Amino acid sequence: MSSRLVMRGMIGFYIVLFFVYLFGPLVVMSVTAFNTPNYPQAWPFESFTLHWFSALAGDDELVEGIQNSLVIGALVVAIAVPVGLAAAIVMTQIYWRARSLYYLIVVSPVLTPGVILGISTVIFWRDLTTLTGLKFFYNGIFLATVGQATFISAYCMLIFLSRLQRFDRAQEEAALDLGASYPQVFFHILLPFLKPAILSAAILAFLSSFENYNTTTFAILADKTLTTVLAGRVRQGTTPAISALAVIIIAVTLTGAITYEVLKRREDRVKAKRLQKAAEEERGGLVAIEAAE
Amino acid sequence: MSSTVGRIAIVLLPLLVIAVFWAMSAMERRVAGHPGERGFLQRNGAAISLYLILAVGIWTLLLIVLPQLYMVDFSFHPKLPPAQRGGERDVYTLENYRYFIYGSTVRTDQLNTVHLKAFFLTIGASIFITALNFAICYPIAYYMAQVAGPARLRVLLLLLIVPYWINEILRAFALRVIFGVNGLLNTGLMAIGVISDPIDFIGQDIALYTGLSYAYLLIMVFPLYNAIESLDKNQIEAARDLGAPWWHIHLNVVMPFAKPGIAAGCTLVFMLTAGALAAPLILGGPKSLWFTPIVYDRFYQAFNWNQGSAYAFILLLTCIAFVLVVLKAFKVSLGEITR
Repeated sequence: MSSRLVMRGMIGFYIVLFFVYLFGPLVVMSVTAFNTPNYPQAWPFESFTLHWFSALAGDDELVEGIQNSLVIGALVVAIAVPVGLAAAIVMTQIYWRARSLYYLIVVSPVLTPGVILGISTVIFWRDLTTLTGLKFFYNGIFLATVGQATFISAYCMLIFLSRLQRFDRAQEEAALDLGASYPQVFFHILLPFLKPAILSAAILAFLSSFENYNTTTFAILADKTLTTVLAGRVRQGTTPAISALAVIIIAVTLTGAITYEVLKRREDRVKAKRLQKAAEEERGGLVAIEAAE
Repeated sequence: MSSTVGRIAIVLLPLLVIAVFWAMSAMERRVAGHPGERGFLQRNGAAISLYLILAVGIWTLLLIVLPQLYMVDFSFHPKLPPAQRGGERDVYTLENYRYFIYGSTVRTDQLNTVHLKAFFLTIGASIFITALNFAICYPIAYYMAQVAGPARLRVLLLLLIVPYWINEILRAFALRVIFGVNGLLNTGLMAIGVISDPIDFIGQDIALYTGLSYAYLLIMVFPLYNAIESLDKNQIEAARDLGAPWWHIHLNVVMPFAKPGIAAGCTLVFMLTAGALAAPLILGGPKSLWFTPIVYDRFYQAFNWNQGSAYAFILLLTCIAFVLVVLKAFKVSLGEITR
């Protein structure tokens, strides 16, 4: 029994170590945001300051980068979610070899390094827009959106596919038997069933776009996004203003994750209650039937 | 073959594949489909059919296939000023690949040691980091999937998700704060008297490799966790009751079951590490070698996009080869690892 205890102690120690490795650097970086020296220094901690946060507000380049990142993120959501949905639906309507071939093509962007997606996007669209005279489309925002949408659509498709696996085709068949047309089935059965997946796909698409660097740095051309501005700053060696920005991003992420968790718990509770109620009603119904007999 | 013919072929080839694909899927639907199943167009109605075809068609053609094919084609052309492109000097050539191996577009007497070394170092280090991340993450994934209770699992998942969404530049920057010459590690070690002079963690590439491992740790945890989670606890109990030692259980029960998850984690971590750009730029020292920044420099320092495409294609081929080897070694299908 004691050897088991030792084992458990070791596992606990390992888990703590793992999370220290995961969070340690982030904590250290956060501390530097509040320290006075003008390069990021965590220790010795000289004195507390909020100067680096106020320095952030006047940083035009950074603000411009964040604006572009938001625009690109919104565009990517608008493209990737419907495309991913369509791709997943098509997947359910084909079989065997056609499906394997299709799967290979649509899943390939997930397994391709981001830099390559960025490079091929820039080269292809530069020559395509020159050839067709649509020079207007050869700009950083458009290219970054297209480059990111290439693989983010595949992420969305995978989310929809995993939800569709739990779709009971009997529902669809019942509706068709009752005289519904296929488009009606699509709008009244399939879409409502996929609604939670649409929301998670949209969130995932936005976050993936917002934090993407590899594809964006090639596709953005002369424009800037948050990540490309950050990368430039960090390479030049920076002031703790970057740490301050990191603190803000960490705080936003933490708030988002905790809100999501709270909402999910509440939803689970509601669901559990509903199930319980349904079970009780069923029991009540049975009792009523028995009584009638 | 002139370059125009090549470019027309690039457009026609996917169209041909689509035609074959369409015929194949129609035939297979008739063979496999439910009785009375109708064709694609009748089934979805005009409006939805149009949406599905346009969305999937534009995505696969204009975003996935054509850019990749065009990049490959581009890499076999010489760098020319815009006016001469499509002209008679725009022929197929291997000079960009020759440059990668020999460091010159014409000579072949001397190897391009810098680029070749960076390439092989990148591949080797990526494999090493993939293995390291698997070793670090397996116990955590196993604990979460099989040992932890639901309440603790929730907390652990939340703790994992938060750093996942901090972008990789900031994570690399965090390590730079620690590993820098005036960083926390050096000041700390000097304060307690372990060392008297700062260690150059960045110049020694220690920071780079730690940063790469750190950046993609979570990419490994989630697929492993998903795979181990669906393993029936009774199987582990049965093995234990039959007297199997703990390492035997992991090696012969858990790992074979979690194969798709292991393959998925390894493929993704390798691909991301070999294609990493932020970590080498931020944590690499002046003498660090990594392949992706070299590709980047082909584009935005040397302004030789054709050569850059050739380098990108080499990287792509390496990643494809790695995926194929992993699929073969683990005997899993592509569908299983991308779930």
